[in-house]
Amino acid sequence: MDDVLAIEGLTVELDLSRGRFAAVRDVSLTVGRGEIVALVGESGSGKSMTALAVMRLLPEPPALIAAGAIRFRDKDLASAPEDVLAGIRGDRIGMIFQEPMTSLNPSMRAGPQVAEVLALHKGLDGKAARKRVEELFARVRIPDPARRFDDYPHQMSGGMRQRVMIAMAIACDPDLVVADEPTTALDVTTQAQILDIFRAFRDEDGRSTLLITHDLAVVAETADRVAVMYGGRIVETAPVERLFEAAAHPYTRGLIASIPNPDEDIETRGRLTEIAGAVPALWAMPKGCAFSPRCPRATPRCADEQPSSETIAPGHVVACWNREDAR
Amino acid sequence: MADIAAAPRRRRRRPNLHLLVGGSLLGLFVALAVLGPTLAPYDPMAQDLFATMEPPTAAHWLGADQVGRDILSRIMAGTRYTLSIALASVAAAALIGVALGSIAGHFGGRVDRAVTGFVDLLLTIPNLVLAIAIASAVGSSPTGLTVAIAASFVPSIARLVRSRVLELREEDFVNAAVTIGMSPWRVLARHVLPNAISVIVVETSLLAGQAVLVGSALGFLGLGVQPPAPEWGAMLGASREALEIAPHLVMAPGLAISLLVFAFNTFGDGLRDRFDPNMQQR
Repeated sequence: MDDVLAIEGLTVELDLSRGRFAAVRDVSLTVGRGEIVALVGESGSGKSMTALAVMRLLPEPPALIAAGAIRFRDKDLASAPEDVLAGIRGDRIGMIFQEPMTSLNPSMRAGPQVAEVLALHKGLDGKAARKRVEELFARVRIPDPARRFDDYPHQMSGGMRQRVMIAMAIACDPDLVVADEPTTALDVTTQAQILDIFRAFRDEDGRSTLLITHDLAVVAETADRVAVMYGGRIVETAPVERLFEAAAHPYTRGLIASIPNPDEDIETRGRLTEIAGAVPALWAMPKGCAFSPRCPRATPRCADEQPSSETIAPGHVVACWNREDAR
Repeated sequence: MADIAAAPRRRRRRPNLHLLVGGSLLGLFVALAVLGPTLAPYDPMAQDLFATMEPPTAAHWLGADQVGRDILSRIMAGTRYTLSIALASVAAAALIGVALGSIAGHFGGRVDRAVTGFVDLLLTIPNLVLAIAIASAVGSSPTGLTVAIAASFVPSIARLVRSRVLELREEDFVNAAVTIGMSPWRVLARHVLPNAISVIVVETSLLAGQAVLVGSALGFLGLGVQPPAPEWGAMLGASREALEIAPHLVMAPGLAISLLVFAFNTFGDGLRDRFDPNMQQR
């Protein structure tokens, strides 16, 4: 499988008043053609920063790409000039945000906002653009596209607005869609419908997606491969079935264990497991493994030395000194 | 724009009394500005020396001035001076203020500091001093007066627009516009300014009322339209000496000025009620 996106050793530093800190450290990740890759982690793990760095949308300064490369279509986005980036954004990479309620311009009708992307990159306007937008609306399963074209955002529900945002992201038929928590703000029913759309993109159009989420249920339903982030690093990468069957990093295990299991009897299932503690602050990162202060399997070595990444099965890479091998 | 998101499909529009009263008064003044000289019962320049300083009569409804000119006709004919100075100065101030404020707010950093510094500098020059300086350099003229008023209004518009743009810069849809590859200028024109338009409209309509006042005050001092042209401020200035024997000479232009200011302010208040979601409940 050829890679659409290859992030190599990406390090993003933040220049804060109390000093400079790496929020993303040495992250390497690939997204293949027709593949949905999920980047999972809790708040502050650096997953959204990684996504924004791919689009070079981080405010620079305070953010700075200190090392690494972002390879996309024989270009290195990490060092590309602004005009090259503007040509790629919206055209070759589409982006979807978490908040559909505020991501559309309230003073503009929905259709023309999508048409704007087409005018920008494809020189399409007037009737042709309208026709294409109505096709896109139908593609993201907006009922009655011709009428919805002229609706203002406030006349639409959250799910409908997120569909408009998705239509905008795929308008120019991009090579890659970056979706930053696209379903977090939606109710579960709408969430399932939106995830359906992403799967249809993969299966029918062979589209590649980088899906940023904190929700393992979304991952299980949608992704082909998963990268788990903690403290700015990728701690484990695996194909999705493998991850849920044989997670080797104690953090990933903890995450999976904290998903409620609806099949268990409510009387006997007991307390939901949780991972004690919280993500360390940027300025209080341990020298070794970032998870070591919370890790049930931590040894003195973990606190001192950054674990190296090891491939333990095809496509399954773990960075842990005391990994839990498959049961 | 959470307010808009939360609003029902169509916001109920109550009849807006301010907008109605202010709007119709303004319409009246605009009509007078266009048609004033034709509608006036007398030639505003014609002197009737038998009617000198005559108080209101059936022939001269608002009386006549020191040289027997009909005051009503002069007020009607003079509307165009006051109104055009007010509108021109506010339009110029809005154009420059919006440009400066939006560039400062949208681009931030060094550009912001430079523009804000310039605006603060402008704020230190009183419009009276500027008007006198312009008048002494190129002579008293309505253009000079307009420039002086416009310059004094630029800072307030620029500051207002800057703060609104700073607010909008944090909005998700503005960031989203960047992610589809839009250039910063285009983002400003397509997504930022259209959402700032309501505060700009409200502010300029309120400033127009002030422009009438400032313009008349400068006219009173002889810094704008020159007598014998029937500009209201100049009429006030010319009638000052006769204040004790013929108070009706100052009453008419004074009332006209007040009424026009009232019209602009009421209209501005009405616009604010209409546009500002925080002012909806009452």
